[in-house]
Amino acid sequence: MTAVPSGSAAPVATHRPHALGRVRLGDPVVAVWLAALAVTLVGWIVVVMDGGEFMTRSTVTGILQNSVALGLVAVGQSVVILTGSLDLSVAYLVSLGTLVAAEMMESGSVLTAVLAVLALSAAVGLANGLIVTGLKVNAFIATLGMAFILRGYIEDTYTGPAGHVPASFRRLGYDRIGFVPVSVLLLLAVAVVAWLITRRTRVGHHMYATGGDEHAARLSGVRTGRTVVLAHVLCSLCVGAAALFLAARLGAGAPWAGTDARYDLESIAAVVLGGTALAGGRGGVTGTLGGVLVLSVLDSIFNQLSVDPFFKNVVRGVVIIAAVALYARPRSDRAAGRPRRAGRGRVKPGGAPGLPGQEQSA
Amino acid sequence: MLTMSSVSKSFLGARVLHGVSLDLEPGEVHALVGENGAGKSTLMKVLAGEYTPDEGTITLDGTPRAFSHPVQAQAAGIALIHQEFALLPHRTVAENVFLGREPVRRGLVDRRAMERRTAELLAELDETGIDPRMQVRELSVARQQTVEIVKALAASDVRVLVMDEPTAPLADHEVELLYALVRRLAARGIGILYISHRLREVFDLSRRITVLKDGRKVAALTTAETTPDEVVRAMVGRELRSYYPPRAEPGEIGEPLLTVTDAGNERLTGIGLTLRAGEITGVAGLQGSGRTSLVRALFGAAPFTHGRMTVTGRTLLPGSPRQAIRGGIALVTEDRKAEGLALRQSVRDNALLVTRAVSGVGTREVGGLLERVALRSRGQGQEVRYLSGGNQQKVVIAKWLAARPRVLLFDEPTRGVDVGAKSAIHTLVRELAREGLAVLIVSSELPELIGMSDRILVMADGALVGELPAGAAEEDVMRLATGDTAGPYEGSAA
Repeated sequence: MTAVPSGSAAPVATHRPHALGRVRLGDPVVAVWLAALAVTLVGWIVVVMDGGEFMTRSTVTGILQNSVALGLVAVGQSVVILTGSLDLSVAYLVSLGTLVAAEMMESGSVLTAVLAVLALSAAVGLANGLIVTGLKVNAFIATLGMAFILRGYIEDTYTGPAGHVPASFRRLGYDRIGFVPVSVLLLLAVAVVAWLITRRTRVGHHMYATGGDEHAARLSGVRTGRTVVLAHVLCSLCVGAAALFLAARLGAGAPWAGTDARYDLESIAAVVLGGTALAGGRGGVTGTLGGVLVLSVLDSIFNQLSVDPFFKNVVRGVVIIAAVALYARPRSDRAAGRPRRAGRGRVKPGGAPGLPGQEQSA
Repeated sequence: MLTMSSVSKSFLGARVLHGVSLDLEPGEVHALVGENGAGKSTLMKVLAGEYTPDEGTITLDGTPRAFSHPVQAQAAGIALIHQEFALLPHRTVAENVFLGREPVRRGLVDRRAMERRTAELLAELDETGIDPRMQVRELSVARQQTVEIVKALAASDVRVLVMDEPTAPLADHEVELLYALVRRLAARGIGILYISHRLREVFDLSRRITVLKDGRKVAALTTAETTPDEVVRAMVGRELRSYYPPRAEPGEIGEPLLTVTDAGNERLTGIGLTLRAGEITGVAGLQGSGRTSLVRALFGAAPFTHGRMTVTGRTLLPGSPRQAIRGGIALVTEDRKAEGLALRQSVRDNALLVTRAVSGVGTREVGGLLERVALRSRGQGQEVRYLSGGNQQKVVIAKWLAARPRVLLFDEPTRGVDVGAKSAIHTLVRELAREGLAVLIVSSELPELIGMSDRILVMADGALVGELPAGAAEEDVMRLATGDTAGPYEGSAA
């Protein structure tokens, strides 16, 4: 048995701004990476007891490879969700992206194809963002509408796989350095950039602020509208990257590339599993990668054990619900807060501004 | 330094401020007192640029100013600390302080500079217990308040700091800390406008006191030369208007319908009271004294954790609103838009909200009920959000009458209701009592409370601290509510 050290499951620098030196188990980011580790270990034991092999080079490579597409989409999804929005159009954008990539690569250069896919993605993200902020359409509906529009175009234009991806670009999908697929490096690069933007730039701070309390953010001078738009553009660019990877993997564009794998709901599941609050303002990319890993490892275990798909989905469902229930538990360090106004029954948990001043005239 | 002269403001034709003038010197704590609705908050919002005055001028350091947006006032050095903070609980102190103005170095937020500057600002205020890297939710409310103040200081060169009831959210031991903070800010030359109901704080902190009543300045006093009694007289000194319906005759008050003995929860201690058929019981108290907690406990919304309670002779300590409703208790909450009505549903649906929920009856005649509360609407199908505040309140009352309660609790029965509808609601409430309901009213408008009640219970710090007969003087109620039974306000805090 080849026991590769499970270093691949180690956190990518879990940053804690609160750096008091202690690791907080209640922190979803820590929790999800520990969960990924635990699932790996348990899976390993179960698979070995079942007479199979688990932590082999090929399974590790498989797990990583399977994480890439979902990982890219989920990283984008975390950016919009923590800004307080949501993107349900990602699955169709993935499909359309693969088709555009493959068709343009068939007729032209790889570079123009890549740029075209990214431009298309940015345009879709911009549209999503403007619909949400400008037309004030709820993000759920706005991006669902966008999903229908993309779907309509895809179904009307394509009947099956289209285009052809040259071998040079397919290397993105298949090359490895050791047992690490190069596509994993793409995911890591995108994740690092997303992490830098959200945690280290002004606009990133404004994303957290907008998602946390839009009113408070606006009163502090944050331009919340353009912050949301930018988050949508970033999300769609990540989705475009996922489309490019899948095109390389499939060798062609496919109308079902994004929808069969349910990237819309799966990415939201990974984000939530990674501890990002669906309401926004909390969480981040690091947790999301952990969430993606948990889902991929689970998948891999079930494949090894040849479990039937029904059971597999039940377990995934239970894991997601359990994780969110766990995160929703009041944490002990909340004890510091006293109810804001002793006379009120309902107290907003944080610094949410209500209607200031209750004095009424006449 | 700051002068506001002859500021007037009207909302929808109702004049809220009548030519109020006020001035403030650097380093001075200037208290602004008055009853609810006296216009204190409106005046401060005019100053902070949230409202534009209809008349009057604001002069800061000799320059006339006209603000049309809070950000302009902020830039000019006028900061308003609201009762509810605009902080992000899951972000760090430094991130909150610099929100919207994060320092940037080589394209990235300079976290260290941000934290260092925050630490400096905190140190200037002698606040050593706050780590700029802590998340705001990890701080006590008092420290969150400090962060809010530091945020204002970081944003501009603050000349005027307006604090609206700053002690309302604080625990007793935190009040001392706030005092120290206020004095330190004043020592730096910042002028502080301090709004408070609590005379003890006013006398502890302020140099001058301005008293507002009904939108007019009725007194400008120097703290050292006045007494709490004088301030209270100025605050309440009005001719008692007699537009309230006549009180209950002794013979009209019947059997006890609700009794509570020795009940409490985390906000309430040792509650004991009896509500009788035909009687209106008023509950007075300052904001935060537990008035709302009391009615919510009686209604099972924030239940008593211990104690005994009987409703119409049966033992019932409601653990949920549903249990309370089934026991015959109704609560008209202080926030009818959030808690009393389904705003986008029709008058009819709202009137049937409770009966449908509790008895499962699908349809019922509501015409009689709506007539009973004298609702003015364009029919039962109209969405309630289009009704005036007074008519919305009537729908809430109709909703409860449909469930045939025996005990009716009102939290701020006429908040946000215009004068005409107000007296209609007063008359209605009295009629309901006369029909044999037990009524309890919580109101921060003392004239209303005194005008309506057959007896008055006073709350402070989550306990009932006294009972006064019908027609008690506002001064007496205020004295009990501020926790001073006999006298000296000077010196002692907490």
